[in-house]
Amino acid sequence: MRGTIGAAAAAAVLAASALTGCSAGAGQFIGGGSNTITVLMVNNPQMLELQKLTAAHFTKETGIHVRYVVKVEQDMRDTASTEFANQSGVYDVATLSNFEIPYYAKAGWVADMDSIAQDPSFDQSDIFPSMTKALSYNGKVYGEPFYGESSFLMYRKDIFNKLGITVPANPTWSQVADWAAKVDSSQQGMKGICLRGLAGWGDNLAPLTTVVNTMGGTWFDNNWNAQVNTGGFKKAANFYVDLVRKHGEAGAATFSFPQCLNALQQGKVAMWYDSTAGAGSLEASDSPVKGKIGYVAAPHDQTPTAGWLYTWAWTIEKASKHQADAMKFVAWASSKEYEKLVEQDTKSETGGPTNVPAGKRASTYSDPDYLKVASSFAKPTYNAIENAPTTNPGVQKRPYTGIQFVGIPAFTDFGTACAKLMSSAIAGSVKTDSALNSCQKLAQAAGNRQKQ
Amino acid sequence: MSAVAQVAQSPAARNRRRAGTIAIGLAAWVIGFIFIVPILYMVLTSLHHPSDAQTYPPSWGASLTFSNYKSLFSSSDGIGVPLLNSAFTSLVSTALVLVLAFPAAYALSIKPVRKWSDTMFFFLSTKMLPLVAGILPIYLFTTKVIHMPDNVFVLVVLYTAMNLPIAVWMMRSFLAEVPGAIIEAASIDGAGTMTILTRIIGPIATPGIAATSLICFIFAWNEQLYAKVLTSVSAQTGPVFVNTLIQTEHSYLAQLAAGATVVSIPVLFAGFAAQDKLVQGLSLGAVK
Amino acid sequence: MTVSVAESSALSTPAAGPPVATYRKWDRESWVRRAPLLPALVFLIVVTQLPFVATLVMSFIKWSAQPDAPGKSFAGFDNFKTVFSTPAYRQAVFTTIEMTVTVVVVSAVLALAIALLLDRAFIGRGVVRTMMIAPFLIVPIAAAVFWGNGILQTGFGLLDGLLGELGVHNAQNISFLTSHPKLSIEMALIWQWTPFMMLILLAGLQSRDPEVMEAAQIDGANAWQTFIHMTMPHVRRYLELSIVLGTIFILQNFDFVLGMTGGLNSTNIPYSVYEVFYSAKDYGVASALGVVVVIGSIIVATFGLRVVSSLLTEEN
Repeated sequence: MRGTIGAAAAAAVLAASALTGCSAGAGQFIGGGSNTITVLMVNNPQMLELQKLTAAHFTKETGIHVRYVVKVEQDMRDTASTEFANQSGVYDVATLSNFEIPYYAKAGWVADMDSIAQDPSFDQSDIFPSMTKALSYNGKVYGEPFYGESSFLMYRKDIFNKLGITVPANPTWSQVADWAAKVDSSQQGMKGICLRGLAGWGDNLAPLTTVVNTMGGTWFDNNWNAQVNTGGFKKAANFYVDLVRKHGEAGAATFSFPQCLNALQQGKVAMWYDSTAGAGSLEASDSPVKGKIGYVAAPHDQTPTAGWLYTWAWTIEKASKHQADAMKFVAWASSKEYEKLVEQDTKSETGGPTNVPAGKRASTYSDPDYLKVASSFAKPTYNAIENAPTTNPGVQKRPYTGIQFVGIPAFTDFGTACAKLMSSAIAGSVKTDSALNSCQKLAQAAGNRQKQ
Repeated sequence: MSAVAQVAQSPAARNRRRAGTIAIGLAAWVIGFIFIVPILYMVLTSLHHPSDAQTYPPSWGASLTFSNYKSLFSSSDGIGVPLLNSAFTSLVSTALVLVLAFPAAYALSIKPVRKWSDTMFFFLSTKMLPLVAGILPIYLFTTKVIHMPDNVFVLVVLYTAMNLPIAVWMMRSFLAEVPGAIIEAASIDGAGTMTILTRIIGPIATPGIAATSLICFIFAWNEQLYAKVLTSVSAQTGPVFVNTLIQTEHSYLAQLAAGATVVSIPVLFAGFAAQDKLVQGLSLGAVK
Repeated sequence: MTVSVAESSALSTPAAGPPVATYRKWDRESWVRRAPLLPALVFLIVVTQLPFVATLVMSFIKWSAQPDAPGKSFAGFDNFKTVFSTPAYRQAVFTTIEMTVTVVVVSAVLALAIALLLDRAFIGRGVVRTMMIAPFLIVPIAAAVFWGNGILQTGFGLLDGLLGELGVHNAQNISFLTSHPKLSIEMALIWQWTPFMMLILLAGLQSRDPEVMEAAQIDGANAWQTFIHMTMPHVRRYLELSIVLGTIFILQNFDFVLGMTGGLNSTNIPYSVYEVFYSAKDYGVASALGVVVVIGSIIVATFGLRVVSSLLTEEN
């Protein structure tokens, strides 16, 4: 009897909500009704840990239920941008980055977070100033970082010792290429370096663009003329593709952060140039290479520093019907207290001190508990973020913001196309220079539109 | 069953035929095995511990576990909600399809309209146009006009339209099997339309209706493009959920295999249940 | 299973009621006959044709959903110019054609061969038939992600694993999916669609008149002659049917491109339209692309319908 009434009630709710608009589906019956927010996020380990800790802590304290939708990066971005462009109100919170948030704010798609920024218990001044600035528009804050990263070089100390290679604190790319060749020729079954090849403006183009910047190249000159198939860009692209094809992992064209992480952990490569966020997994208690990895600054060439700056940050859709609850969630997820929670969650494989969503607060790097286990990479990470060349990443002036990306919306379009071309070059299906020529045309078309 | 007459044969000829049959059987078994190996491997992977599922060389003999299936169903963000949504959209749209297609098929076979073959081809032509060409206006309509961006009923309507041509073609071929003479005799005896439907047409057409339902159920269940774009949390369907099981953590394959297996089970059941009528359905009723 | 395409009375109208020719188009009888058809017809027209009309209208509008896009304006034929001049879209057309032709032809040939095998009696024939049907009953996106991540994945995929066990050198670094994305997708599609065509062809083989086959054997025809002159003409109809149906479905394939390669070097038209809509968010160009796709499909569909209608009219 109970069951039938329950089923009938469920059916009635479903029908009613269908007729009154908004969402309707089995998912409505999970969660706390009107005190539920929906969060769209990328499928990184730090996010998955957040998913695990929410019910027992955030929901318990505030009574707000959180439904998570987790997608791979490219799909997550496409979903977020389509939904936010149309202000569908389906997602209250989304993980976006310092790439989108400024121009989303300009377009009026996201809500400002001044209430969080001005809350003393949140301590906005503890957040790295470069990050707060990167997430602001017209003096207001529109995003709060969940974790931040720069890039650096990670390498197997033990292998390098065996080969007699000493790694300086500020290596150059030509040094890195030499080391990769050395590893290849002497280590059976181990390739020199893992570099991202997966097509995506946030996948392979990120490290590639930092190499471009430091080798004297740029996407656009100060007059929005594309500089893709000339000068520093051409040199850097050829260097990158050749390095991966000669001394990089097999199947590089499908490798991004997770695959390279796996490769370094499984002893398939000796070096990895990628996000500082990789260190956490490398030093996790069950990591096969724990304690064996050395961390130094991102390799450079003509510029003194070359790391990127990136943050996965929370942003709230303007059309969200639960803005107050969403703000509470954001304030909790980006808080010092949450970092402590993760630190203490040693049972979970995505928890523990090495998986703290770091890289956003200066206080994390003076926390003795954190430094106890993150000692090998805490300082290099802090330095990388501090030294990230935000004002001028390359040797020439450029009309856009961003180190490893071009901070205009069209970048997702021509950037994706160029990323595919570069990935094809890495896979060997096109010649690098031919890929660059095609990319140049696409970039120039976008540049022409910017000139107007 | 094509049988060749038993013409008198010498023992040598009989032996040759036997060897030929064995060779054919062997070849068929090998080919069948090759085709089913990916599925077997998928199920095997789903029963391995996550770390055993992604090794080189493959860990054939690793211990088996149901933990992947358990974790799929355990959390509230697991596969339970998507499966319920898939079941709802598939079953309701199939019911709706039957309600619309049966009378339409009746009007194209038993008491046909004048231009019935033109109508049949119109139905088929809508099936030949790609779904993807309509996705943008439908997305904009559901999000901005009727404000139903994450709604199972939207999918129900779309799947009904997607399956209607198939159902009409299939049902028409089943209804056309009803001998005209019986219907004529019944109506001469004074039977009304309802009686003819329930007493005469119904029993003959029931297996066909069942087959049509199973085919429509399968196609609705499998659909992924519209579901991906038009649903997110509340109305997410099984196939869309499976696509989200790809994770950055390196040990995701076992759970992915489990999700792929679970979501395919209803289709496997429906397909094998309809097996005899499957061909008739797949060929839109042209093959009986 | 009694099967026949030609012999049934599927298309002959029953004698009940007034003969079709004697009632006029608009009198009561014709409306009574039309009425049951209308709900389905109206529903279908509204849900499938209206979106296409909307797509057509939007294809003439300059409309981007990017945050810095200018407002909507009339675009004339600009969107179509973009569609025809962008290499990526032309490539998508070629990829679509290549994929469809390859998959349909290979599947048809394989399906015929397997159907011929399954037509003969041998031990466990039912089991083999079941094994053969199974690939078609796996949810396409599930099959696609497992093919991409579990079978063709570099290193820990089944392909590399098996090649390694067979002693192939450096098998664990064979990245088949990245180096041959189109081929990989075609392989997976052939795997899924051969069963479909096989079932139809098997039905065709099993509907051959046994007396005719017997007569041929008595007359001394060998297996090859029987195949060419007696089996093939009969099966030809079923072959055409399975090819037409297979083409319709494989042309529209989206799940395998999404699930296996994400479009890298293997973008076909459905995936391309999705990308322009969902990723690039250029709604004008996406609509123009959709219009071009619809026109192309109409051309293919007209041809396909002619084949199907000839299959049906042959019955009379």
